Amino acid sequence: MLLSRVANSIYWMNRYIERAENIARFIDVNLQLSLDQFTPASDPWGPLIDVTGDREAFDKLYDSTTRANVMRFLTLDREYPNSIANCIALARDNARTIRDIITSEMWQQINAMHITVKRAADDVIREDRPVDFYRSVKEGCLLFSANTDATMSHNEGFEFCKLGRMLERADKTSRVMDVKYFLLLPDAEDVGGALDTVQWAALLRSVGALEMYRQVHGVITPGNVAAFLILDRQFPRSLTHCLEQAQGALTHITGVHNGHSSPVQRCVGRLRSQLQFSQIDEIIDFGLHEYIDDTQTQLNKIDESIDKAFFRFTPPAEDIFAQQSAQMQQ
Amino acid sequence: MDLNGYSTTGFYDELITDAGTPRPAAVPLMDRLFELEQGEIQQRQRAAERALFESGTTFNVYHEEQATERIIPFDVVPRIIESDVWDRVEKGLKQRIQALNHFLTDIYGPQHILQDGTIPREYVDLDNPTFQKCMTLHPPRGVWCHISGIDLVRTDGDEFYVLEDNLRCPSGVSYVLENRRVLKQTFPRVFGSLPIRSVDDYAEKLLATLEHLAPRGIDRPQTVVMTPGIYNSAYFEHSYLAQQMGVPLVEGSDLIVHDGFVKMKTTRGLQRVDVIYRRIDDDFIDPGCFNPDSALGVRGIMDVYRSGRVALANAPGAGIADNKVIYAFVPKMIEYYLDQDPILPNVETFLCGREADCTYVLDNLDKLVVKPANEAGGKGIMVGPHASQAERDAYAEVIAKDPRGYIAQPTLSLSRVPTVVDEQLEGRHVDLRPYILYGKDIHVLPGGLTRVALRKNSLVVNSSQGGGTKDTWVLAQNGHATD
Repeated sequence: MLLSRVANSIYWMNRYIERAENIARFIDVNLQLSLDQFTPASDPWGPLIDVTGDREAFDKLYDSTTRANVMRFLTLDREYPNSIANCIALARDNARTIRDIITSEMWQQINAMHITVKRAADDVIREDRPVDFYRSVKEGCLLFSANTDATMSHNEGFEFCKLGRMLERADKTSRVMDVKYFLLLPDAEDVGGALDTVQWAALLRSVGALEMYRQVHGVITPGNVAAFLILDRQFPRSLTHCLEQAQGALTHITGVHNGHSSPVQRCVGRLRSQLQFSQIDEIIDFGLHEYIDDTQTQLNKIDESIDKAFFRFTPPAEDIFAQQSAQMQQ
Repeated sequence: MDLNGYSTTGFYDELITDAGTPRPAAVPLMDRLFELEQGEIQQRQRAAERALFESGTTFNVYHEEQATERIIPFDVVPRIIESDVWDRVEKGLKQRIQALNHFLTDIYGPQHILQDGTIPREYVDLDNPTFQKCMTLHPPRGVWCHISGIDLVRTDGDEFYVLEDNLRCPSGVSYVLENRRVLKQTFPRVFGSLPIRSVDDYAEKLLATLEHLAPRGIDRPQTVVMTPGIYNSAYFEHSYLAQQMGVPLVEGSDLIVHDGFVKMKTTRGLQRVDVIYRRIDDDFIDPGCFNPDSALGVRGIMDVYRSGRVALANAPGAGIADNKVIYAFVPKMIEYYLDQDPILPNVETFLCGREADCTYVLDNLDKLVVKPANEAGGKGIMVGPHASQAERDAYAEVIAKDPRGYIAQPTLSLSRVPTVVDEQLEGRHVDLRPYILYGKDIHVLPGGLTRVALRKNSLVVNSSQGGGTKDTWVLAQNGHATD
C-alpha cells in the first residue's frame, strides 16, 4: 500500500537526484573539454545552458555565458530551480516527508550531500580544482541509488524510485544529444566530413558512454554515436534502455504485464516500441533533432500520465506552513 | 569523576543523599561513573548525542527556507526510581485517568457533576464552540483519552505530585524510546546489572490500544497516524511511531470521506481507514465541522466518527478536561466518580477566577508561579521569585484583565538528579512525564520522559526553553530483570 503523496515524493526525489548527477557530469566534462582546446571555441559554455532548456531563465539573471556565470547558474543559483543546489535541496525535502518509508542510510546520504553542497558556496566557482566538487556530487548521487538498491525493499516504493530515475535519465540523455549533436553536425550532409573527435568523445563522456561505446563500435562516427545513445539496449544511459527499465517498473507497480489498458502503460509502451523498432538510418533521414524532439514530447506526456494515474496531487493551501507549525504538541 | 563538591543543599536529590553518598538504587551507576577516566563521561555524552542525531531523533526549528534540526539536549546520567515507589505512582495514574474519563463522559452527557454543584459551571469551558459540537458524542468503548501524558514532580523522597494533565496530543514518548536505546549503548554494564523495566513494548501496546477502538466486525482494522505535516515540531515523533507500529503516516490531504467512510488515497485507489491516531487539534480535524480555514483536516470526518465508522484517538472533546483550571478539580473527580481518595496529590493551586484566591495571588506574586490556563510548552509562565518587580506588575495587569484565565502555584523545590556539567556532576531540577494508554486495559509506560532544566538553578524544563531529557530507569521488583 503506497499513499499517492508518498509515491509522488519518491518519484520526484529520484528525479531530482538523477538531475543533479547529470548536471554535475555535464559540467565535469565541459571543464575537461575546455582544458583541451588550444583555440577556445567561441562559446564553450553556452551549449550547457541550452541542454537544460532554460536559456530564458539564464538570460534573466546573467548577461553572458562566461564560465563563472554558467557554473554558478547550474551549480548554486537559488533562483534557478534546476541548479544542483536546488535539486539536492528539493530531493532532501521530499526525502524528509517520507523518512519513514526510506531507509536511514538513504536519508543520511541525501542529508550529507545537502550539507556538502551548502558548504561549497562560492568557493567551487573560483577554486583551482572544481572538478573535485562535481565528482563528489556525481558520486554522492550514485551512492544514493546504490543505497536504494541495496537497502530498500524492492517493493512498490522502490519501483517508483526506478521509474523516476529512468525517465529523468532518458530526458537528460536526449537533451545532451540534441544540443551537442546539433552543434557538432548542423547538417546531415556533414556526415563523412572532417570530424572533431575530441568534441565527439566529449559528448560521449558527458553521459559516461565513451568506454562502452568503444567496446561496441570502436571508431567514432556520428551515426554510431546516435545509435549507441538512442538504441543500444544494454548501455544504461541509452534511451531504449531507460524506457525498458521504466516500463518494467510500471509493470511491477500496476501488476499488469503487457499492459495496454491503462493510459500510462500505453504511453510508455508506445515510446518504448518506437525506440525498439527504429533503425539509425531512418532516424537520421527523419532528422535527429526532430526525432529527439518527438521523444521529449512523449516523455512529457508520460510524466503527465503518471501524475494522473498515481498522484493526482492537490497543491497545499497557502498558509499550510503556519497551520502545521502552530499545532500545539503538549 | 567523583562527588567532591556535589551539592544537595536545599533540594531533594534523587540519586545522592545529603551525606554525599549514592542512594542504594544508584550505587551500581555511581560506582561505574567513579571508574571513568578524565574526560570519559563527556566522550560518552557526545557519543550519545551523535547517536541521537544520526537516527534523526530531532526537534524541528523549522523556518520556511531552512530546516534546522537539532536534538533535544540529552544527558547520559539516568534517573532511577525504585520499584515500590513506581508501583504507587502507577496506581495513582490509573486512578486519575479513570476519573478524568468519567468526567468527560459526564460532561458530554448528563453533567451530574455540574448539576449538583461539585464543580462550578463557570470553570468548565462550555462556551467553546468546538466543545459544544462534541456534546452527545459517544466515543468507541466509552474511552476519551487513549493516550495521555500526566506530568509529575517530586519535592522529597516521599510524594510525587501531579503538575498537569495532558489529554490532547501529549508528545515525547519517542524520545523516551530513543533515549533508552542510546543509554543501553552508553552504559551497557550498569544497565545489564540492574533489573530495569522495559519500555520496548510501547509501540505494540499503542497499536493494540488503537486497534481495540476499531468498529466491530472488522477482521484486520486499518490504523493510521495522522500528522499536521513536516513543519510541525513533533513531526519526528509522528513518523517514528508510525514506523514502529508499521502503520501508514498520513496527512489530512491523504484522506477523503467517500461512501460514508474515511479512505486513504493510494496508488491503487481509495482504501478504507478504521482507526486514526490523530496528532492534530480538535479544531483542525474537520473544516466542515470546526475551523473552516483548516488545511490539515478532512472534510466530513466528524460525520463518519459520529456514525461509528471510524475511530479517532484521542477522542474529540477530550481537551475540555485538559487545562490548568480543571486540573484543580481532579482530586474532587476521583472522590466523586470513584469514591476513593486520590493516591497522587495535586500541587496546591490557586484559581484566579475565585476572588479570594485572586487576592492572595496578587499579594504574593513574588512567591508564586503563575500560568495561563490554556497554554502548552511553558509559554506565558511567570516564575515570581525570578521575575523583576516590573515583570510582576505587568503580569498583575494581565491577570486583572482575565482572572479566570490564570492559575498560580507555590514555587516548588523540585527534586534534582546529577547531570553532566563540563567534567563533573551537578544537580539539576527534573520533572517526569509518564505515558498512559487506555484501551482494553490501562497501561502505564514504566518511567516516562524525565525532563531536566539544564541551566543552573532553572526550574523550566521545557525543551523549547533550554530543557533537556534523561532516561528514566524504573526498577523491577525482586531483582528480576525484564530488559
